[in-house]
Amino acid sequence: MLIDLVDHAIDVAAVLQAAESDEAGAVNAFIGTVRNRSEGRRVVRLHYEAYPPMAVHQLRRVAEMAREKWPMLRQVAVVHRHGTLEIGDVAVVIAVSTPHRADSFAACQYIIDTLKEVVPIWKKEEYEDGTVWVAAHP
Amino acid sequence: MNLTVALFGIAREIVGQSSLTLTAPAGQSAAGLLAELRTRYPALAGLRSLAVAVNNEYAAADVPLHERDEIALIPPVSGG
Repeated sequence: MLIDLVDHAIDVAAVLQAAESDEAGAVNAFIGTVRNRSEGRRVVRLHYEAYPPMAVHQLRRVAEMAREKWPMLRQVAVVHRHGTLEIGDVAVVIAVSTPHRADSFAACQYIIDTLKEVVPIWKKEEYEDGTVWVAAHP
Repeated sequence: MNLTVALFGIAREIVGQSSLTLTAPAGQSAAGLLAELRTRYPALAGLRSLAVAVNNEYAAADVPLHERDEIALIPPVSGG
């Protein structure tokens, strides 16, 4: 299991490689990237802040919960980046392997959805005329 | 007892510093700490959610805090 929080560009190929398994017929990956618009506003760049020890601990917990739900999971790899990211940069890579493809789609989606709910990482969008912490207010 | 609370994201900006040390009654709960901080910094009450983490885990409201705990305030997360 590869779990990491990095402050530099994510090596996407290395994450995919970490998910490889001879027992798997499917490797499924999610790559989260920085988009240039948010709710109609042009985004210039994103600033990700993390609480590193808890973020890594919670990433590991999410991966372990996925293993409980999909016991056929072979490999799980999750790497998140923090710091300042430009448009198009990769913010997160999740890769899982399973014997058959349906489980790999489901497990990969579960990991990104749960990560967004529990892992202490915060995104601040920078626009041409200001900044906003994403989802901070109702 | 003295508690040190690490602050992140919008909570760090509202308080104006990245950690806070405060004196709390022995046995202070996570909910009690939140109530105290919302009184001191009313803008914290306007957030969509605010959790307390103790030693890298989310703490239930009634969990008692200790001086040696690593405590953090967790505003709404938005990773991914």
